[in-house]
Amino acid sequence: MSTARSRIAIGQTTRMAVVVMAISMLLAACTSSTASPTASVGASCVKENLAVKTAGKLTLSTDNPAYSPWFQGGNEGSTVWTGEFNNEPSKGQGYEGAVAYAVAAKLGFTADKVVWIHTTFDASFAPGAKDFDLFLNQVSINTARAEAIDFSSGYYDVTQAVVTREGSPMAGAASIADLKTAKLGAQIGTTSLDAINNVIKPDTAAAVFNSNDEAVAALEGGIIDAIVTDLPTAQYMSSVQLTGGIIVGQLPSAGGAQEQFGIVMEKGSSLAACVSSAVEALKADGTLAALLKQWIPDIANAPVLK
Amino acid sequence: MTAARSARKGTLVAVISTLVVATIVAISIGSSPSWPLVQKAFFDGTYFSTSLPSVLGAFAINIQLFVLAEILILPLGLLIALARSITSPALAPLRIFATIYTDFFRGVPSILVIYVLGFGVPALRLPGVPKEPFFWALVTLVLIYSAYVSEVYRAGIESIHPSQERAARALGLTRLQALRYVVLPQALRRVVPPLLNDFIGLQKDTALVSILGVVEAFKQAQILKSANFNFTPLMTTALIFLVITIPMTRLVDRLAAKDRATQQGGTR
Repeated sequence: MSTARSRIAIGQTTRMAVVVMAISMLLAACTSSTASPTASVGASCVKENLAVKTAGKLTLSTDNPAYSPWFQGGNEGSTVWTGEFNNEPSKGQGYEGAVAYAVAAKLGFTADKVVWIHTTFDASFAPGAKDFDLFLNQVSINTARAEAIDFSSGYYDVTQAVVTREGSPMAGAASIADLKTAKLGAQIGTTSLDAINNVIKPDTAAAVFNSNDEAVAALEGGIIDAIVTDLPTAQYMSSVQLTGGIIVGQLPSAGGAQEQFGIVMEKGSSLAACVSSAVEALKADGTLAALLKQWIPDIANAPVLK
Repeated sequence: MTAARSARKGTLVAVISTLVVATIVAISIGSSPSWPLVQKAFFDGTYFSTSLPSVLGAFAINIQLFVLAEILILPLGLLIALARSITSPALAPLRIFATIYTDFFRGVPSILVIYVLGFGVPALRLPGVPKEPFFWALVTLVLIYSAYVSEVYRAGIESIHPSQERAARALGLTRLQALRYVVLPQALRRVVPPLLNDFIGLQKDTALVSILGVVEAFKQAQILKSANFNFTPLMTTALIFLVITIPMTRLVDRLAAKDRATQQGGTR
């Protein structure tokens, strides 16, 4: 599944503590070594000391299918998805794929020590033990969710965007006011739905689909006039999935803290602090920015709607 | 021992054995070390009370869909059943069509039909063809459940002994009249319990409309579930469905028992 799922993150005390701890660990790490991809992030965060699911290996997970530009590769030479994973995450391509391997490297796991499994969105927060160490699936951080699972520090700042297609009544929309009369659609459990309700406030209630694929089908069929989703997904929809796709523009934030995607871990995971410090280290040394530029280059081109 | 005393003793034994079994189940679930975790994820009081108003509000769509579908299914199912019961060689195409129809719509998962109709047909962009998800969900349910219901009707019709029709014909009724005044009245009374049974299934399947983006009770619960990573809103929905379906289930039982009593009591 492929979008910002949920409400804006609100600073939570435990999460703040993790961040503070992460920063102090990072400072400690920086004095001894420069932040090369293989550098350790703290004395207790070395591979040997981490309680991972399979000894010596880091088990990573995402949903299947995985979507571009978050995960890419693995289906070269074919436009049809057939593999065990669609957009094979073990290629390390796409923004989340690349971030996953960068985090693994920070924790001391080389690419051959990384194992991928797939987990549905719902299974990622079902109660009980998880079979993954880290789950990356464009999951937005929020306090209510942090009751059920642990989040790492955010690795991506989310912006919402509106996408439509030629022939739709919204094809010429250029402002938030223009979107008021639109029949809008979003994927379930997404912050996109909140953006519709809080920023656009349309006259008709939004249609809510189980995945963005259904939202695209509904837009193609004229059931809805436009889709709200995170900007990279909107770009993928308009350039690949839709015929005659148009990005209307980005939506301004509804206020509050910046929404971020975080890595999901089992509740009470002993990895949480180390993973957060790894993410913070990647942010500080510019790796995240470089990966963003590599995999989602056109991000700044969409106008911000007023 | 009198019959009344025996019945009272039976009730007492039933109550005690039920309590014992329920206690054992409760203790074994409660003693699981992960029970507090499961309880928090599925049975959280706060999430229950906050989800109830919105899920209940969205349930209005399920009721509309269910009532409309039922009104359409009852006559359509009967027509298909009658078409399948036709013996006249000249009307064979009608019988063959009805057979293919019931085979197809009973054999294919409803979820696939709703995908094809709800997303596929509007994409044709034919003028005058509706694209409202509610409409296509209604069409899907009517198509699928008419196939089931027609088989229930047919079973009812075939359960009426052929001597009934022959007797009616001997009295000078036409084949159609015999069907209308002799066979159907008996058959329909007999199929009321299984019909209601199918309608309980229909009520639950109204959640299918959620696939097309309509925010009905189940989708509303899913929205809340994903926003908070807590499954309790789904339990809220389950409870609302049970409040509607359990009385109906009891009604089916009662009608079936009544029907049995009538049958055993001899002909009327």
